[in-house]
Amino acid sequence: MEGFELLMLIYVFVLAIFVGFELITKVPPTLHTPLMSGSNAISGITIVGAILSAGMEEFTISTILGLVAIIFATINVVGGFLVTDRMLKMFKKK
Amino acid sequence: MEIILNIIYLIASIFFIFGIKKLSSPKTARKGNLYASIGMLLAIVATLVDKQVLTYEYIIIGFVIGSAIGALMAIKVPMTGMPQMVGLLNGFGGGASALVATSEFYKVLNNPALTFELSTIISVILSILIGGVTFTGSLIAFGKLQGLVSGKVIKYPGQNAINVILFLLIIAGGTMVVLDNSQETVLLIVLLISLVLGVLLVLPIGGADMPVAISLLNSYSGLAASMTGFVLKNNMLIIAGALVGASGIILTLIMCRGMNRSLMNVLLGGWESAGSGGAAPAAGGEIKGDVKSVDAEEAAMIFDAAQNVIIVPGYGMAVAQAQHAVRDLMNILESKGINVRFAIHPVAGRMPGHMNVLLAEAQVPYDKLFALEDINDDFSNTDVVFVVGANDVVNPAARNDPNSPIYGMPILNVDYAKTVIVNKRSLNVGYAGISNELFFYPNTLMYFGDAKEAINKLVNEIKEL
Repeated sequence: MEGFELLMLIYVFVLAIFVGFELITKVPPTLHTPLMSGSNAISGITIVGAILSAGMEEFTISTILGLVAIIFATINVVGGFLVTDRMLKMFKKK
Repeated sequence: MEIILNIIYLIASIFFIFGIKKLSSPKTARKGNLYASIGMLLAIVATLVDKQVLTYEYIIIGFVIGSAIGALMAIKVPMTGMPQMVGLLNGFGGGASALVATSEFYKVLNNPALTFELSTIISVILSILIGGVTFTGSLIAFGKLQGLVSGKVIKYPGQNAINVILFLLIIAGGTMVVLDNSQETVLLIVLLISLVLGVLLVLPIGGADMPVAISLLNSYSGLAASMTGFVLKNNMLIIAGALVGASGIILTLIMCRGMNRSLMNVLLGGWESAGSGGAAPAAGGEIKGDVKSVDAEEAAMIFDAAQNVIIVPGYGMAVAQAQHAVRDLMNILESKGINVRFAIHPVAGRMPGHMNVLLAEAQVPYDKLFALEDINDDFSNTDVVFVVGANDVVNPAARNDPNSPIYGMPILNVDYAKTVIVNKRSLNVGYAGISNELFFYPNTLMYFGDAKEAINKLVNEIKEL
């Protein structure tokens, strides 16, 4: 069954890349900087894994790595979304 | 419970996709960013109540520290510093993914009841490799943009050979860990080499090639998150990471096309002649002709007589923080009934869209900013083109001179306009290390001086007319 499970994950990965290509090609050049910072914040989703690592019952080296990972990912998420909003607020039409 | 958690993850993924979809227009973009952040919040809250999470103290400590640093950075960073900020954020994302993968490795190592599936341990290695390279690579990119590390193209003998050897070592070490999951030391060596590789890969890349580097690192940070998704068998991480990975790749290709160079050429250290950077004087005397310069008063009169003006900003505008002065120039010209537009080259500045953000900050409406393909045919009907701190992207040699290193690069055809006024501090060469024949053209006038001061002076002169 392991092979099948992996295949399903690869399916999702490949399809998501296609969705990504379709979506991103429609973003106008004027928004490329907010696109980068915003998508960057989304890549902070790895915070989910960090929470699972830092929230284990026993304190081990995994917990420490998880804690640092949470700090990094939270900087990425909070900083990324806030700075993107700060930029997008400025884009005004005449 | 497991099924509910996964349904929430699915909803979060949909929020991410809709969030990016809304970025297709500046009108809806802010809402899109909000959607994406709601997706993130959903994902985090759902994970916090997961039954695997048993203690909360470290999680809370991490949230508090991370939020404080992230928020402080987001509020404090000036718009001119945005490339550094994005570079740094890429690094933290990649670093977090590498740490999560390492943590998973230790979880299994310290618990005899657990074993790795083949695909999981391979994903751990890939996550560490990509995340590690992204982390240190982004720190170097940050250092270069912030001026802490030399922005020049750095080359040393055996550069490529060393990178290839390090990469082979990672593959060898990774294979050892895959075959024997208890090889702790080897795994740490793989992590270490990945960190070194990140430094060595970004170090040779020159300052003006940073748009490519930042975009590529952006892509890596997404791929690292996807790989972590494979480790945790979590579809949401895979989807979110893939979206970011695709985004970074597309931006990378747009930047490469904007310079008519292959990705390989950029990564291996740029134009052959680029080593001298921007400080050296124009090399050789291959361009003959006179340079005509104007002062503020003469330039003001030329602007006053124009009906159509196109302003071409470049990295020099960012360095001089001249975006507000440029806005004042636009306002005074428009008050005289002159049509003012902006032409933005895809690689102007240090990251994709850099100029657009700076001008948005200065309250220049975004519908006045035009991409290269949308405005390039209009230069021949334009009275005055004003070039502020741009150089290589307006060099006609890219069109005329097959021997030029930038030959074939798409440029803004400013020389087709009736008059071109170039604001620059001196006649120094641009990033490509070549002199610009535009400065010697009969319809070109040089207006020397620091962009901010010079434009303010110009605005005052126009006011007095």
